[in-house]
Amino acid sequence: MSNAVLVLEDGRVFHGTPYGAEGETFGEMVFNTGMTGYQETLTDPSYHRQIVAMTAPHIGNTGVNDEDPESGRVWVAGYVVREPSRVVSNWRADRSLDDYLKEQGVVGIAIPGTRALTRHLRERGAMRAGIFSSPSEPLEALTERVRQAPSMTGAALAAEVATAEPYVVEAIGAKRFTVAAVDLGIKGMTPHRMAERGCEVHVLPATATYEDIMAVRPDGVFFSNGPGDPATADVTALRQVLEGGTPFFGICFGNQLFGRALGLSTYKLRYGHRGVNQPVRDVRTGKVEISAHNHGFAVEAPLDGPFDTPYGPAEVSHVNLNDRCVEGLRLLDGRAFSVQYHPEAAAGPHDAAYLFDEFCEVMTRAQA
Amino acid sequence: MPKREDIRSVLVIGSGPIVIGQACEFDYSGTQACRVLRDEGFRVILVNSNPATIMTDPEFADATYVEPITPEFVEKIIAKERPDALLPTLGGQTALNTAVALHEAGVLERYDVELIGADFDAIQAGENRELFKEIVAKVARERGLNAESARSHVCHTMDECVAAADQLGYPVVVRPSFTMGGVGSGFAYDETDLRRIAGAGLDASPTTEVLLEESILGWKEYELEVMRDRADNVVIVCSIENIDPMGVHTGDSVTVAPALTLTDREYQNMRDVAIAVIREVGVDTGGCNIQFAVDPRTGRMIVIEMNPRVSRSSALASKATGFPIAKIAAKLAIGYTLDEIPNDITKVTPASFEPTLDYIVVKVPRFAFEKFKGADQTLTTHMKSVGEAMAIGRSFAEALQKALRSLEKKDSSFSWAGPVGDREELLAACRTPHDGRLRTMQQAIRAGAGVEELFAATSVDPWFLDQLMLLDEEARALAATPELDRDALERAKRHGFSDAQIGEIRGVGEARVRDLRHALGLRPVYNTVDTCAAEFAAKTPYLYSTYDEENEVPYGDRPKVLILGSGPNRIGQGIEFDYACVHASFELSRAGFETVMVNCNPETVSTDYDTSDRLYFEPLTLEDVLEVVYAEQQTGPVAGVIVQLGGQTPLGLAQALKDAGVPVVGTSPESIHLAEERGAFGRVLAEAGLPAPKHGTALTVGEAQAIADEIGYPVLVRPSYVLGGAGMAIVYDDVTLTTYMAAQEGGHPVLVDKFLDEAIEIDVDALYDGEELYLGGVMEHIEEAGIHSGDSACALPPITLGGNDIKRIRAATEAIAAGVGVRGLLNVQYAMSAGVLYVLEANPRASRTVPFVSKATATPLAKAAARVMMGATVAELRAEGMLPAEGDGGTLPLDASIAVKEAVLPFNRFRGVDIVLGPEMRSTGEVMGIDEFFGIAYAKSQAGAYGELPVKGRAFVSVANRDKRAMIFPVRALADLGFEILATEGTAEVLRRNGVHAKIVRKQSEGRGPGGEPTIVQCILDGEVDLIVNTPFGSPGQSGPRLDGYDIRTAAVLRGIPCITTVQGLAAAAAGIQAIVRGDVGVRSLQEHARALRG
Repeated sequence: MSNAVLVLEDGRVFHGTPYGAEGETFGEMVFNTGMTGYQETLTDPSYHRQIVAMTAPHIGNTGVNDEDPESGRVWVAGYVVREPSRVVSNWRADRSLDDYLKEQGVVGIAIPGTRALTRHLRERGAMRAGIFSSPSEPLEALTERVRQAPSMTGAALAAEVATAEPYVVEAIGAKRFTVAAVDLGIKGMTPHRMAERGCEVHVLPATATYEDIMAVRPDGVFFSNGPGDPATADVTALRQVLEGGTPFFGICFGNQLFGRALGLSTYKLRYGHRGVNQPVRDVRTGKVEISAHNHGFAVEAPLDGPFDTPYGPAEVSHVNLNDRCVEGLRLLDGRAFSVQYHPEAAAGPHDAAYLFDEFCEVMTRAQA
Repeated sequence: MPKREDIRSVLVIGSGPIVIGQACEFDYSGTQACRVLRDEGFRVILVNSNPATIMTDPEFADATYVEPITPEFVEKIIAKERPDALLPTLGGQTALNTAVALHEAGVLERYDVELIGADFDAIQAGENRELFKEIVAKVARERGLNAESARSHVCHTMDECVAAADQLGYPVVVRPSFTMGGVGSGFAYDETDLRRIAGAGLDASPTTEVLLEESILGWKEYELEVMRDRADNVVIVCSIENIDPMGVHTGDSVTVAPALTLTDREYQNMRDVAIAVIREVGVDTGGCNIQFAVDPRTGRMIVIEMNPRVSRSSALASKATGFPIAKIAAKLAIGYTLDEIPNDITKVTPASFEPTLDYIVVKVPRFAFEKFKGADQTLTTHMKSVGEAMAIGRSFAEALQKALRSLEKKDSSFSWAGPVGDREELLAACRTPHDGRLRTMQQAIRAGAGVEELFAATSVDPWFLDQLMLLDEEARALAATPELDRDALERAKRHGFSDAQIGEIRGVGEARVRDLRHALGLRPVYNTVDTCAAEFAAKTPYLYSTYDEENEVPYGDRPKVLILGSGPNRIGQGIEFDYACVHASFELSRAGFETVMVNCNPETVSTDYDTSDRLYFEPLTLEDVLEVVYAEQQTGPVAGVIVQLGGQTPLGLAQALKDAGVPVVGTSPESIHLAEERGAFGRVLAEAGLPAPKHGTALTVGEAQAIADEIGYPVLVRPSYVLGGAGMAIVYDDVTLTTYMAAQEGGHPVLVDKFLDEAIEIDVDALYDGEELYLGGVMEHIEEAGIHSGDSACALPPITLGGNDIKRIRAATEAIAAGVGVRGLLNVQYAMSAGVLYVLEANPRASRTVPFVSKATATPLAKAAARVMMGATVAELRAEGMLPAEGDGGTLPLDASIAVKEAVLPFNRFRGVDIVLGPEMRSTGEVMGIDEFFGIAYAKSQAGAYGELPVKGRAFVSVANRDKRAMIFPVRALADLGFEILATEGTAEVLRRNGVHAKIVRKQSEGRGPGGEPTIVQCILDGEVDLIVNTPFGSPGQSGPRLDGYDIRTAAVLRGIPCITTVQGLAAAAAGIQAIVRGDVGVRSLQEHARALRG
C-alpha cells in the first residue's frame, strides 16, 4: 500500500500511496493553502513544472467538471494530497479527480504528512522534489535524481505554456474595446473577465513583438500570469508599449515584467504565496482585499512613496499585509498598472475584480 | 482608522441565564469584549443576571451589575452610570432585543447613549424577514448576483396563514419574527399542523408576526461567519456545513468546518452574496452569520437568514479557526479596522485575512431528552440540544469519531459490537432526525445499507455517507486482520478509532489495546490551530491530537498544571464548572505555573486560547487525557492534574489517572470514593456523630418495600451513581414504589432514603486545606427539601437560620472535610428537620454554586481552591488577601446584601412536559438577584429568570391540601396589594373562611359552565391571568400528564405567565411584589456590594 514516496532535494522523504497516474515526476515543491478550487489550481499554467501540495486535507470531493478548468490541461508537475475523495458529490461533476489525473498523466501521492511538508517548506524554502509511485532504487539514489532536476531560478517557461497561435475571445454583449493580451501562461478566466466588460481579447503568443501587439490596434495591452523566473524574460515589447502610451495592465508574471520594464529588479520568495486568503492593501484607498495568489517571485520596489522610471513617476499601488511584499505597481499618470495577485480569481475571492473595471476606465480615457 | 477618542465608557449587555439556544458562548464573547474594552482604556459597565459567568467577575468590568436584563433595569443602570455607548451585539438575542426596546422607548436618546457595533436599522433589516427578503432581491438585481430567498408570505393573523399556505403548498415552514433559537418554528404538513404551529408562533413573536415559506427540507445547509469593519473591509472567517440537511436546527445538527462539498465557484458565489447582503443590511462593524440552503440536485441557492451579531456559530467558528470573532468585533466597534488588528496566533500577520484550515472540525449536539418525559424527541427547526462538543482531526473521519466520544454519553460513539440490527428498520429510523441519527446510520450500514438508500432516507450528502462507509470498511478490516500489528493499529487510529472501540472490535480490553499501542510507540502528535495551514509559525499553543507526523508541543520552562474541563454542557454540568476551571487557570498562571487546559466544549471561556498558557481541544476520555499528560511530560515537569473543578467528568477519571501514575492533586481519588460510596461515607458520618436520613439499598421490589416499611414513607428513591438526580423520585406509598422498581433496569441497585418532609434544605460550599475550614457560603433553599438543589431557588446568607445553626453547620462540614480527607473544595447538602441537621450528601469537588457563592460573598473560591490543591493553606491565602483576613462566608455581617439564586427551566422548549419541580434536575441555568432586602432580591431573581413579577392584575391560586394552610398569608398579602384573586373551589373556600375574597373559576375537568363560563385554562390562554400559583396534587416528582394542574401549568408556559409551583415560592414572590410596590427598586454593582462587605 504505502509504497509511493515524495523525496525532497534536502533528503526529506514522505511515504504515501500513489494517487492519479503512476510513474515518477520532478518539479519545484510548493504548497497551496486554498480550501476550495483544486480544479482551477491544477489547470493554472503558472504551476507548470511545480509539484503542488494541498494543505486542505480532503481533495476531490466535488469531482471534476467541464466548466471550471482554467486551461485545456493539467499543468502541475505532480500533486500531493492527504485524503483523496473516494466518491464524487456535486451536481456539476462529470468525473472523479483521480480519473482525471490518470487521464492527464499527472503523477500524485497521498501522504499523511502534508502539514509536516508545509512546515518544512516554510522553514527551508521551496525546493526541488520528486514523486515516485513505486520506486525501485534506494532513497539516496532518488534524492540524487531530484537534485539533478532543473531549478526554478533562471527557468524560462512562459513559451512552454503559452498558445502557439493567436486567438480571439469575443466580447460578451456590445464590444467596447480591443485588448491585446500577451499569453505568458494565461488563465481562462482572465480574458473572460475582460470579455464580460465588452473587451474583444486578442490572445497572442508569449513571443509576440511590439509590432504583433500593435497589429491588432489595441485600446489596451495586457500581460498575463505565467510560470518561471521573470529575470529570464525579454521586456523589449513591453517597454515599447509603455513608450507608445497604450494603456497597460498586467497580472502576476505580467506585474513582474512591468516592474522589470520600469527598471526594478525581481527576486525569488522563500516559499511564495499560493492560496486564496492573502490580505492586500490598495495603497490609494487603504482598503483591504482578500485575494488569490500564486507567485514564487516578486518585485523589489520602494514602499515609502513614488519613484522615477523612464516612463514617468510610479508607485507601489498594492502591498501584501502579511509580509509587506509588493503586490501592485502603477505609473502615477494611471495609464499603466499591474498587480502581482489574481483579480480574475478562479480559484479565489472576487474582491479585486474592480481592477478590470479600472483597466476599462483607462482605455476609455485613452479613447477620448 | 484608530480607536475612537469620543467614547470613554461602554455598557455591555450579556445574555442572561443559560437557556437552550443561548448558552456559555455569550460568556465567551462577552468576556472577550470586556477584556478588549478595558485593555483599550474604556470604562466598562456590564449587566448580566447570570452569576456563573466569567464576564461578571468583578475584575472584567469597572461596574458589574448582576441585575435582570430587562429594559427597566438596564435603564436604571444607564441613568446611574451614564455610559457614552452601548455594545449590544455580544450578548445574543437577549442583548439585541433589550437594545431595540431601549431605543424604541427613547432611553438611548434621552441619555445620549450611542449604539455601537450595530445600528437600529441594521438590526431591523437582519431580523425582519420581509425587509431581509427585499435586501436579498435587491442584491441579486443590482449586483447581478445569483441570490434568492425562499418563496414566502409574512402573516399577522391565522387567516392570512391559511391562505398563504394554500398558495405555497404544504409542507410549509413557519418562522416567527424576533425569537431566539428558532422558538415557535416548525414544519406544517397540513392545516391542523399549521394552526397549531403558527398559533404558537404568532404568540411567541414580540411583533405577532410569522413567516410562511416554501419547504426546502433536505437541502444542503451552510453558514458563513462574516466580519466587517467601518472602512468596509469584509472577511469570511469560516464556512460551516451542516451534515444534517435543512429541517434540523443548526444548533441540533452535526456540523463540519470548513464546508466540504462545494466547488470554488459555488463557494465564491456564496461569499459574494454574503458580503453584498451584509453591506446592504448595513451591519456597521462586527461579526454576523448568514445561512444558505443549496438544492443538491440543481445547485439553486437560497439565502435563509442572517444574524447581525455574534452567535453560537461565531463561538464555534472562533474555536474552529483560531480567529477570535468576539474580540475582534469589540475592537471594530471602538473604531479599529481589521488591518490594524494583529492576528493573535501568528503575531506577524493582520486580522484582515481569511483563516484557512488544514484540519477538519466537527461539532455534535448533546441532548437531554431523558430529563423531559413526554417531550417530542424529533429534531426540527426548534432547537432542543442543551450543549455541544467539538473535535478537531486531520481528516473528517478522525474528527467525527473524536467528536462523538467527546459527548461522553453511552452509545454516542459508533459501534461494531452487539447484534446487527434489521436493515429496513434502521433505514426507517434514519428518516426521522433524532439524537444519535449518525449512529443509527452507521448501524444501518453495518446491516448492509448503502449510500443510495441512506441518501434517500436522510438527504445527507453522499460524501458524508461515504465517510461512514469508509469507517465501516476500516472497522471490518480491523476485525479481520489476523494480528493487531502496528500497521493495522495505526490505520485504525488515523481513522479516529479509540482504544475502547478497537478493543471492542477485536474482543480485547481497552487497556490491552493501549498497552500494545504504547509498546509499539504509537501515540498521537499534537498539531497547532494556527489560522493559516502552517503558512506562518503559530505563537499560541492551541493544540489538537492527531495520528500524523510531527509533534508541535512547545517546551515549557515552568512547572505545569493540567486542568481538566467539564466537556459538553448538559443538565447538571454546565457553565458553573467552566467558571471554576477558568478561575483555577487564571490564578495558577499568576502563581507561576504553566496552565494547561483540556476541554472539548466550544462554547466556553476555558477553550479560549487566551485563557490558559496552553489549550488542548480534546475529548475528556481516559485515553485522550492520558495522551495529553504524556505529551506534556515529554516537554517539562507536570506538577499536577486538577480533576476537582470540571464536575463529574474529570472526577470520574481520577482513580484511573492516579492508577496510571498521573499526579492527581487536591482531594485524592480514595477520598473521593469515601464521599461517593454510601457505605464508606456512612462510616465517616458515624465517626463524626452526624445523622443522615435512614436509608437502604434494594435490588428488588420486595427489598425496597421492606426498607420503606422500616424507615417509613415518604422515601426518596434513585439508582446508585447518578448525576443531576437522574431517575430520582419521592414515593409516598407501596403502589408507586412497586411501579418505580418495575421500571428500573434489573440488577442495578436502587437507593431508598427516608425523605424528610417539610425540612429546610441547606447547601454549603467550603474550602479545606487539611487544617482549616473556610466556609464559603451557606445557602438556604427557598423550596423545601425534595426539589433538586440545582432547580431550587436559594438565599445567601440564609434567611431563617440563626448563628447557632451556622455553628452546627460549620462543625459538621469540618468533620466531613477532615473525615473524607478533602484538599480543596467540598459541597455538602444538609436538611434541617425538627431541629436535627441531617447530612444528605457530600461532594468533594467544585459545585454548581461556587460562582454564585463567590459573587455573593465577593470571595474567589475557585481560585483559592486551586491554590490549596497546589499546596497553599487557607492561612496563607488569608495573609495574601485572596481570602478575608478574618471570618468567612459563614460570618457575614447582619447588614450584608442578600443574594438569591433562581434556576431557569427550559419548559418552553419542551411543550407537553410537566413543569412541576422534583428531585431530578432539569434546569439549564441560573440567575442571581442581589439586594439589601430579601423580597427585592427574590423579585430581581424572578425578573432575571422569567420576566418581572406582576404588581397588579389577577392571581389564580390552586394548591394541594397540604399547602392550604401555608398559602393563606401570602395570598392575603397579594389581595391587600390589589390583586384580584381567582381560585378553584376548594382553595377558594379556605381563602374565604380566612377573610380573603376569592372568585371561583371552573376547573378544566368541569368544562365550560351552563352560561358559557370559561375554565381556568381558557382564562389563562385568553391572557386574563397575570400570576399563577399551582402546587401539584399527589406526590411530587411522579406527576404524570393526567394529574390535576398539568393543563394549567402547560397553558402558563404557552402564554409565558409566571407560574409558581411551591408554596414557599409563593411566599417569596409575595414579599417581592410587596417590595416592588412599596418603593423604588435600585441597582447596585458587585463592586459596590464588595466594598460594603469588605470595606
